[in-house]
Amino acid sequence: MATASSASPPHDLESATSYSPIPGDPPAEAQPRTKKLLATILFTCFFLLSLILLIIKQEPDPQPKLNEDSYQSPSTPTYSFSPARPLAEPPSRGVEQGVSEKAFRRVSGGNLSFAWTNVMLSWQKTAYHFQPEKNWMNDPDGPLYYNGWYHLFYQYNPDSAVWGNITWGHAVSRDLIHWLHLPYAMVPDQWYDINGVWTGSATILPDGRIIMLYTGDTYDVVQVQCLAYPANLSDPLLLEWVKDPNNPVLVPPPGIGLKDFRDPTTAWLSPDGDKWRITIGSKVDKTGISLVYETKDFIKYELLDGYLHQVPGTGMWECIDFYPVSLTEENGLDTSANGPGIKHVLKASLDDDKNDYYALGTYDPIKNKWTPDDPDLDVGIGLRYDYGKYYASKTFYDQNKQRRILWGWIRETDAEELDLLKGWACVQSIPRTVVFDQKTGSNILQWPVEEVESLRSDSFEFNDVRLGPGSVVPLAVDSASELDIVASFEVHKETVDEATAEADTGYDCPTSGGAANRGILGPFGIVVLADDTLSELTPIYFYIAKGTNGKAVTHFCADELRSSKAADVDKIVYGSKVPLLQHEKLSIRSLVDHSIVESFAQGGRTVITSRVYPTKAIGRAARVFLFNNATGLSVTASVKIWKMDSADIRPFPFDQL
Amino acid sequence: MKFPVILLAILHTHAGLITQMNDQTLIETTCRSTSNFQLCLSTLLANPLSATADVAELALIIVDAVKAKTETALSGIEELKWLHPELTDALGQCSNSYKAVLKADVPEAVAALTRGVPKFAEFGMVDAAWEAEICEGSFERVAESPLSELNRDIHDLAVVAAGIIKNLL
Repeated sequence: MATASSASPPHDLESATSYSPIPGDPPAEAQPRTKKLLATILFTCFFLLSLILLIIKQEPDPQPKLNEDSYQSPSTPTYSFSPARPLAEPPSRGVEQGVSEKAFRRVSGGNLSFAWTNVMLSWQKTAYHFQPEKNWMNDPDGPLYYNGWYHLFYQYNPDSAVWGNITWGHAVSRDLIHWLHLPYAMVPDQWYDINGVWTGSATILPDGRIIMLYTGDTYDVVQVQCLAYPANLSDPLLLEWVKDPNNPVLVPPPGIGLKDFRDPTTAWLSPDGDKWRITIGSKVDKTGISLVYETKDFIKYELLDGYLHQVPGTGMWECIDFYPVSLTEENGLDTSANGPGIKHVLKASLDDDKNDYYALGTYDPIKNKWTPDDPDLDVGIGLRYDYGKYYASKTFYDQNKQRRILWGWIRETDAEELDLLKGWACVQSIPRTVVFDQKTGSNILQWPVEEVESLRSDSFEFNDVRLGPGSVVPLAVDSASELDIVASFEVHKETVDEATAEADTGYDCPTSGGAANRGILGPFGIVVLADDTLSELTPIYFYIAKGTNGKAVTHFCADELRSSKAADVDKIVYGSKVPLLQHEKLSIRSLVDHSIVESFAQGGRTVITSRVYPTKAIGRAARVFLFNNATGLSVTASVKIWKMDSADIRPFPFDQL
Repeated sequence: MKFPVILLAILHTHAGLITQMNDQTLIETTCRSTSNFQLCLSTLLANPLSATADVAELALIIVDAVKAKTETALSGIEELKWLHPELTDALGQCSNSYKAVLKADVPEAVAALTRGVPKFAEFGMVDAAWEAEICEGSFERVAESPLSELNRDIHDLAVVAAGIIKNLL
């Protein structure tokens, strides 16, 4: 560009006039005048050139070339609605009309002249999963056990069934299952959290004090960390909360984006035991990072050098969780535990793909560094807690029963217009215990807390059901919307060994096309939220694939492709591989609760949470089936099914106190 | 004494030109990251605020365009209900869908973009595109859709918005 180079000339010319000897001997008088004239001409030229370019740039750019389909520029909204002509015959609307196929891919395979009824919509509300009475909920916050009660706080919108105006909802329970709603714990009423009282975590100090750290979004939309604590520790319900006058206690440090600094964790003790450490997720370009701060009083903090850990390409790390697990014991560990026989789990919620990832590794408290056991399965690129819809999860140490408990946020997968009609959106998963898988050594196990079993009522048992290739067996359980299903499948090992490839090396639940696609060794499993005619169904299944090296790889999938006739709900196949040890039977546990199904394979090695919205397979019409769609394999299944009672989640009965 | 004045004038002009060139580049780079460069570019350039906008603000411009088109659609739907009572069901679905865009998706996207939690803005715009599809699909097997062009525009704009927002995650 000519303009760029014209910055230098004045200096050159200046030095030129004073510097370069002019050959020959022009008359002394004429010299300065010629140079001055030349300089003036050159300056004027450059100035004019700049002006010209400036004028050109100010004109609007030439209109971009219009596509052949004559896109109309947005500034001229002259829409004439074509007169709607009713079709005389059944339409073959599609490619020949050149309409929509490419653009409107998502709404496929649905009956679009179908209308939701109140019965169908109200059926979707869960019976024993935590959800507020109405409106929007997202991240679980500050879970803790104190003085006989389990507490859950959560991101809540008091005004609408969509995210916004975020407040801290609050509920308590004796058993993590029967919840009672309490008044809001915190509302956005300070300059530092007026734009949102966002996610946070609790730390219970050895002297019994409770520290709550949370992210506030300030009046000028900066993300800061704030301190709050119960107004009255002798109130077992912890109804009132006080925000510390020193707030905010942390602001984004230099080099960190003002909007990339949120979700402080529970604190753990430093090696000398006199300070506390917390970690907060962020990002630098596309690298997800975990900042660590040290504090004595939760008011003044020191940012430690380096990060706890970072993984390039994973983007912003939200809702970091960092906790120890025992390699030898079944119980959970206090967040500060460390030493031999202990590994640390580092977990992040990835903003980029809306999934929760974790990895096992070793924490060096002196260097304050966590290192993954397997860098190929590092945080964000390896294992997920859950292969369905599951995000913003957070654990806490339950000192009551010495367990590490995991909460996870489950959002809706239907269109927003349905959420507005329903008047609510999103649920929490059933809390899960987390333990190290001593058999595989490379993952954790998640399992619904045993207290959920208190909801079991009538049971139905079906033992040794032989499923030949291509069989579907209905199970005599009616009104199957609230169930706890435990199923095991015995596969004939010889059949698996002998089966030759068709190397199914490419099998991956999300791209598999679901349970309708038959392989030699799969799919087989259970079918939930189905009606008698299987016009709607949700298969939860195993698929054994054989690699070219002859080794069998087992996949665990949940197939929503035919879960509903409606077109305004997502229909995806979720799932992943599940590690299988020798001589293990294949097992599924599935908690069915209206529009949510949580399925656990092999005792919780691989977990999938699905949201399904059937229109027919609801209420009395819901059924359960066993199926085997493999072509070359027979399986023997045994199933026990319990109907589940409602958890009767309701407001705390203050009037009965 | 004439020189410094002219020098200053030139440098000032250059600074202005370079800034303008950089803003143009941001719009172009941002639009290239979306699935519909043309639509993104023309929508942004039609709004003078885009000249000095950062990526989040560019996204907000597109979100605003989605809102405007949705408002047009809703008033069109009212008109159509009068003219074509036989299409009540489909138009009712469209009405529900586009009301959701105005009441939920757009406010959510605006709130999320200004507060720096783009994830929720992405949810909002992805849903807005879906609502347009749902509206269009509600005419299937019933009649030829009288809203095709508008539905496509809303859909495509929402997809562009989501594309821009992905840069912020």
